[in-house]
Amino acid sequence: MEKVVEEVLNRHNNNTSILSVLKDVQEKCRYLPEEAISQVAEGLGVSINEVYEVATFYSFLSTGLLGENVIRICKSTPCFLKSCDVIVETVEKELGIGIGQTTEDNKFSLQLTNCIGACDKAPAMMINDKIYGNLTSEKVIEILKEYK
Amino acid sequence: MPEKRVVLKNCGVIDPKDIESFISNGGFAGLKKAMDMTPSEVIQEIKDSNLRGRGGAGFPTGLKWDFASKAKGDEKYVICNADEGEVGTFKDRVILEEDPFSLIEAVAIASYAIGAKEAFIYLRAEYHYLLENLQNAIDQTKDKGFLDHVNIIIYEGAGAYVCGEETALIESIEGKRGDSRPRPPFPPSEGLWGKPTIVNNVETLMNIPRIMAEGKEWFNSIGTESSKGTKVLSVSGDVNKPGVYEMVMGSSLKELVEDLAGAENVKMVQVGGASGRIVPFENIDTPLTFETVLGAGGVLVFNNTRDVIEMVKKNAEFFEEESCGKCFPCREGTKRMLEILERLTEGTASRIDLEFLEDLSETMALTSLCGLGQAAPNSVVDTMEFYREEYESRVNDKVKV
Ligand SMILES: Cc1cc2nc3c(=O)[nH]c(=O)nc-3n(C[C@H](O)[C@H](O)[C@H](O)COP(=O)(O)O)c2cc1C
Ligand code: SF4
Ligand code: FES
Repeated sequence: MEKVVEEVLNRHNNNTSILSVLKDVQEKCRYLPEEAISQVAEGLGVSINEVYEVATFYSFLSTGLLGENVIRICKSTPCFLKSCDVIVETVEKELGIGIGQTTEDNKFSLQLTNCIGACDKAPAMMINDKIYGNLTSEKVIEILKEYK
Repeated sequence: MPEKRVVLKNCGVIDPKDIESFISNGGFAGLKKAMDMTPSEVIQEIKDSNLRGRGGAGFPTGLKWDFASKAKGDEKYVICNADEGEVGTFKDRVILEEDPFSLIEAVAIASYAIGAKEAFIYLRAEYHYLLENLQNAIDQTKDKGFLDHVNIIIYEGAGAYVCGEETALIESIEGKRGDSRPRPPFPPSEGLWGKPTIVNNVETLMNIPRIMAEGKEWFNSIGTESSKGTKVLSVSGDVNKPGVYEMVMGSSLKELVEDLAGAENVKMVQVGGASGRIVPFENIDTPLTFETVLGAGGVLVFNNTRDVIEMVKKNAEFFEEESCGKCFPCREGTKRMLEILERLTEGTASRIDLEFLEDLSETMALTSLCGLGQAAPNSVVDTMEFYREEYESRVNDKVKV
């Protein structure tokens, strides 16, 4: 971990952007543990508080451990109108976890999200960077298989 | 008034991965024309075209550019706002997917016009999958020698609706929390790293190469007196054919929602996403212009089976989650608003709650620091006007005040 953060900091040499550094650390470590946050603060010469404020502001940054695959199901109005609650229930049942939880084998984390700009394919969700639309329970079960 | 392809001219027509297909479809004609003019001539052309911002506020684009161009300093920035976080809006996504080249051409023209040597495209984290395509378009354009005057950098967001607000977006590019800045100063005088900066929406920029190529008279011939050109609308909800539709400004909402998107038994339409205005069915003939309803052009259609208060509550939930918490009226107001709407749906609201909801809406609209808090009560205010009886019927007179 320490090495990884050091590497990211070195790569950002002249850059003082807390957000850019945190994005890269998270990409490498999957989340932002306390030690990483203090190391980033030291490396950039800012307070731990300042780094923590950025880390908790953005929904794609996480200070808690995340699974290998992050599922984000959209719950905003257009997806709500297309019964996204059924999709949430299906995923919960398939993975045996609730919203905001991570499976025991650290393979999946489940979150709800606001509109991901795929409302023409509602209900929609993201797994990592990929968007899946026009979801049905059957389709979701098939998609999850690919990641298991 | 019909559909017309100005912004979406190349979408579904060219190969978004291949610059040759873009060029053979008229690509870079606008940039070439611009480069033969002086920067101030370009700005004058955009001013005279009467193009207004498509990101929600409708500010005159040429005027914004003029401010930035006249602002003191050698270092200036162009930012393309591709944060598209408004609920029910996905037109910028379609543009980025299907015609990234026109956008790069537009950024190149804007940079030339205001004298920016560096430009940023702020891409929302949810659109990470579009990054490769966009970077590819930048690289190919650079290889063709069209970007010698400006370096275009893609900067990714990290998931925050408020970062679509231009000053919050600037804070975010500076690597900080996306907190809105108090204004003035406005970005064209003091923006990114304190330097003159223009922030324009993806769709706004897409009009630029067309205007340069076809001329201001052509652009002025499309649309209404004060809303020129077209608008790309993202239609979703209770419709048979959700998707993007580009309409001449002034076209009726009815034509869009019923004739094109195939909606039936419409109860109401929300135009402009979660922060948009509510149009009840009896007003479905409303023309789509800046003066009536528009916003960023997210069109959410609700049919007769939908519960108005339930829908408004969804909006309130969104704002409660997305409020950055910096100013009191929005931080507290979005919470209280959601609580009252929850009480209404649960049948535990008293008559006083309705009065409180009205007062709260007014306070938030007047005193919030940025557009998020100011617009959060829109759907409450509108539905309380048009569907008052649905609110009244939810009041529980047994609840002690
Ligand atoms: C809360 C909030 C969110 C916004 N989100 C966006 C957005 O996602 N995309 C956008 O172009 N403009 C958004 N705006 C509007 C921008 O602040 C700004 O007006 C716009 O980018 C200017 O570009 P334009 O003049 O080309 O429309 C948002 C405004 C507010 C208050
Ligand atoms: S209005 Fe809301 S989002 Fe805007 S600055 Fe205030 S708290 Fe933040
Ligand atoms: S509301 Fe779900 S993708 Fe837009």
